[in-house]
Amino acid sequence: MVNKMPMDASAVLSEIRKGFILESIKTGKRLDGRSLDEYREIKITENFVPKAAGSAMVEMGRTKVVAGIKVEEGDPFEDSPDSGVMALNIELLPMAFPTFESGPPSEQAIEYSRVVDRGIRESKMVDTSKLVIESGKRVWMIFVDIDVLNYDGNIIDAATLAAVTALKNTVVPASKIGQKDYALPISALPVSVTMVKIGDELVCDPDLEEEQVSNGRITVTISEDHNIHAMQKGDIGEFSLDEIRKAIKTSSNIGNKLRETYLR
Amino acid sequence: MEGNIKLIRDDGLRLDGRANNEMRPIKIQTGVVQRADGSAFIEWGANKIIVAVYVREAYPKHAQNIDRAIVKARYNMSGYSVEERKRPGPDRRTMEISKVVSEALSSAIVLEKLPRAEVDVFIQVLEADAGTRIASLTASSVAVADAGVPMRDLVVGCTAGKADGKVVLDLSKDEDNFGQADIPMAILPRTGKVVLLQLDGNVTEEEFNEATSMMMEAMPRISELQRNALMDKYSLEDGE
Repeated sequence: MVNKMPMDASAVLSEIRKGFILESIKTGKRLDGRSLDEYREIKITENFVPKAAGSAMVEMGRTKVVAGIKVEEGDPFEDSPDSGVMALNIELLPMAFPTFESGPPSEQAIEYSRVVDRGIRESKMVDTSKLVIESGKRVWMIFVDIDVLNYDGNIIDAATLAAVTALKNTVVPASKIGQKDYALPISALPVSVTMVKIGDELVCDPDLEEEQVSNGRITVTISEDHNIHAMQKGDIGEFSLDEIRKAIKTSSNIGNKLRETYLR
Repeated sequence: MEGNIKLIRDDGLRLDGRANNEMRPIKIQTGVVQRADGSAFIEWGANKIIVAVYVREAYPKHAQNIDRAIVKARYNMSGYSVEERKRPGPDRRTMEISKVVSEALSSAIVLEKLPRAEVDVFIQVLEADAGTRIASLTASSVAVADAGVPMRDLVVGCTAGKADGKVVLDLSKDEDNFGQADIPMAILPRTGKVVLLQLDGNVTEEEFNEATSMMMEAMPRISELQRNALMDKYSLEDGE
């Protein structure tokens, strides 16, 4: 298949190519043959970086991310003395795309990080109450670092899947302080499903070209309790309430399948 | 944190005496920063936010769009605006808010009428008391209109959430801190299309639908305040 990677994040797709994508989606098929709610091939490599307390590489089509966890001792926040700390950050590495730059994180990187963080945090995936070493004094801090190595759309879902997989495998190095190492206590498996609007259709797991022709993005993160834990409408564009309800249903259905296939 | 404090009183009302679907009082004024092309001041409950808009050629030139305007909202909090001093300057939260507010405004502004231009929207939160992103956006669209920028509609926003397991409109600070969900939403009122939506917390599909219909019901009243603010200014000028 001759399918060159698009080289620019700003819309420089030719009008002809845009027309192709739009026409194809009207017929319910995408240029790569997927149906509208179908994900690209997903490959997960667990414990990709053994030096990390937990890690995973996720390839979603050509989008490639690595999540690594480090667990360190630190101070609790003043307003939550009996709770460990989690911090999550996504780096859009300059190697991943021609217009990504090194230096302070872009708005895009910050938005992606915060959406992924909210889904994991609000689903209470990590039971932070079990990360206290000494109440009000010392707690375990969970650092989730996610590197984007190759960008071909839908960073949010690839990063969520990588982070959740990595956290699931994380070991708290309590032997460092004379206790026994233990598996990071996990109480939920959130899955984010991101859709973009192309024409009048919602399209799951957009690749970069699809992101470029889309009008608006929406992410819905649901965990196995079937409840919604994070939502984010992003990019310039509008959704009707009906479309949003549809997005929630799709996230629920597709998210369930993704969870059963990749996280169990 | 959540669950430690009771948010709904025994009489069914909220801690500040409001009913589930009751908003805090809102006041909007325009023409408050005379130097700017357009401006607005909003008081929404205890929130106090001032917005000034400048419309100019985008600079540097390579940042211009030759066929349409770019919209750059900058949400900024004063050091004294919150309980503990906020370190001035952008942080991750304020950068995300700036992004979603810019995107929401972009849907309302007729961008192609202003090629190469930049619409700078400076938002200063002087006092924050829950719901600042929506109050900022609601005031921003008034300020952009006040600047004479061509618009399809006035973006209007509202929040809903969950407190003590109940869906409530326009979260208070306590409800925001100790409740179970926060859902800010903004629409273009003429079409009802959603241009900003975020959610964090724990809600069922039914609760989400209840929250959105509660917000949809409240939006026209806020829209009216926006329109009145603009009309007040111009009727005053006519009288002079």
